[in-house]
Amino acid sequence: MKKTFAILLAVVLVLGLFAGCAQTDKPADGEKGSVYWLNFKPELDETIQALGKTYTEKTGVNVKIVTAASGTYSQTLTSEMDKSGAPTLFVIGNQAGVKQWKDYAKDLKGTAIEQELSTDAYNLYDESGKLCSIGYCYECYGIIVNPTLIEQAGHSMDEIKNFEGLKAVAEDIHARAAELGFDAFSSSDMDGSSSWRFTGHMANLEYFYEERDAGGWTECPASLSGKYMENFKNLYDLCINNSLTAPTDLATGGHDAENEFKTGKAAFFVNGSWEYAAVSEAVPNATMIPYYCGVEGEEKAGLNCGTENCWAVNAKASEADQQATIDFMVWLVTDPDASAKMVEQLGIMPYKKAAASSNGFLNDAAKYTDNGCYVMDWATNYQPNVDDYRATLVAALNQYNADQSDANWEAVKTAFVDGWAVQYAAANK
Amino acid sequence: MHSNPLKKYWKNPTRRWALLFLGPVVAAFAIGFVWPFIQGIWLSLCKFRLISDAKFIGFGNFAAALEDPSFRHAFWYTALFAVVSLVLINVLAFAVAYVLTQGIKGSNLFRTVFFMPNLIGGIVLGYIWSMIFDGILSRYGTSILMETRYGFWGLIILMLWQQIGYMMIIYIAGLQAVPEDMLEAARIDGANRRQILFRVTIPNVMPSITICTFLSLTNGFKLFDQNMALTAGQPFLIQSDGSAIKTTEMLALNIYNTFYSSSNTSPGVAQAKAVLFFVLVAGLGLLQLSYTRKREVQQ
Repeated sequence: MKKTFAILLAVVLVLGLFAGCAQTDKPADGEKGSVYWLNFKPELDETIQALGKTYTEKTGVNVKIVTAASGTYSQTLTSEMDKSGAPTLFVIGNQAGVKQWKDYAKDLKGTAIEQELSTDAYNLYDESGKLCSIGYCYECYGIIVNPTLIEQAGHSMDEIKNFEGLKAVAEDIHARAAELGFDAFSSSDMDGSSSWRFTGHMANLEYFYEERDAGGWTECPASLSGKYMENFKNLYDLCINNSLTAPTDLATGGHDAENEFKTGKAAFFVNGSWEYAAVSEAVPNATMIPYYCGVEGEEKAGLNCGTENCWAVNAKASEADQQATIDFMVWLVTDPDASAKMVEQLGIMPYKKAAASSNGFLNDAAKYTDNGCYVMDWATNYQPNVDDYRATLVAALNQYNADQSDANWEAVKTAFVDGWAVQYAAANK
Repeated sequence: MHSNPLKKYWKNPTRRWALLFLGPVVAAFAIGFVWPFIQGIWLSLCKFRLISDAKFIGFGNFAAALEDPSFRHAFWYTALFAVVSLVLINVLAFAVAYVLTQGIKGSNLFRTVFFMPNLIGGIVLGYIWSMIFDGILSRYGTSILMETRYGFWGLIILMLWQQIGYMMIIYIAGLQAVPEDMLEAARIDGANRRQILFRVTIPNVMPSITICTFLSLTNGFKLFDQNMALTAGQPFLIQSDGSAIKTTEMLALNIYNTFYSSSNTSPGVAQAKAVLFFVLVAGLGLLQLSYTRKREVQQ
């Protein structure tokens, strides 16, 4: 009896080891195909889990949605793609991603979902012209402003039409911060939770104007000229030197810039349209202005519009799964109910039948475009070896923030301009 | 009539049952260690993005790994860190253990308190200590991310804080095992405290020293979480050609960063680095073991 029990126990133990290997996500119906979406946006998770369930109830197609933790998408994607039930729908957000994952991306040209797009502006192609991924939302970034505070300081939004105007207003507010009870810019922390606002977003103004001079980029350029570094410096200096936080305290962060803006401690906040929901509650008339940086003709600048949210369909999934995935995508962007829920989270979707946007900042972006201003597209998406490139830039900016000497600015320039070429070479080995 | 030796072997119930009871552990070891290890070596010879999709390319990855200046920098930095932390951790842990075995009041409380840091995970520790260091350094208008030496000594302090308690427990066990009659004999023979410590106690705790130096040496080399959370390699030295040396990046973090950079060859290079890393840590560990083992005495 004892013996039998011992054997039984041992067997259970051994079986337990293999339990993890068991296949649990087999498609319920081989013919029908199933969808596995590896989601990139954590804030979208709740909405799409619910939509996935609705879709399954409606059509019987199995929809599995997994959301990668913030900042771990590439790791999660790498390990998930290796499994037998790999994602059928995933995100290729920029040219670097295209380079890495193009072999796994189905050519979306001519598919039903491509027909639904309202613009080609957010699509990503590889060098052979294959449509690797298509935008499912877009965003814009710039400088978020609290007009009420600007007026309290005795200025008006009309004064801010270029860098000169922005500088005058910001420096005046900073000089009188004690008397006014608020400062010009919220903190520009350089820790991982905030540095992308500068190394990813503000850096775009330099890339964008270079790109415009070159007549547009279609692939990552091997090097930069750095022609607009002075303009980047203009805005960056204004930002760190007219702020609630001294530049020397920015390296490890710990200041909550969003909260500083929401509580009326700062009039300017460098960020993007995804902040609208959080910010508009406290500052309902918050508006977004372009990166004014002293470039000629910038009175005609608009916001930085683009996306890193682009859907790709796994080319190595079965035909049935690919079809099911595309059907699901079409449903998400055409069904009035589903698209309304998506738009609520995403701000806007570039699809003909999708619900209209309620995001104030994206509406600002549209207003600029309607007034004939140029859109600053996201040239930043071309950043080669993006994590390394940005980390190096952060390190250089840290040194510069601590001591704004010419030598330290030279190092920032080196990291910004020459670093691009170095990372380009590394990424294209 | 001669009995079958195999049959005789299996007659022993311990032998018969041993296999069954070893089974789960062997299976776990094979699945969780041996197989990934073999696969890792194979992948270091491949170009791959997904491990199920690897293409054999020979030793190119190893050449690229050895040519990488950041890898060489990380090696020397790690070696320096490992040596400094090895010495400091063991000297301090032994000192604490020695004091706490002298029968002073509250020894047990102190032992618990010293051991506790070891129960906190590396990432959490890294972030907590970065706040502590910055709390102090910001008074002087700087930060742990601004200077290599801050990062180095910061990490040393963090590791001392975390590891001393653990090594202390091992040393206490060793010290308590030193035979009392031997110590008494030494005292009667007129040895002073210093002589007793160096001539009797330390030779008798050599087994503990072997284990502790082994653990602290390999820990020093393998360090990853604390390194990533405390400085993540900052500050960088920006070279004139635009490349950067991550001055406080250790080997494990260098391998991790290589793996996740976006070049299509980088996962293979990272894998090659990992194999080199294994050979290095295993080699050093074995060398150190054989060196200190020779100095152990039989009681």
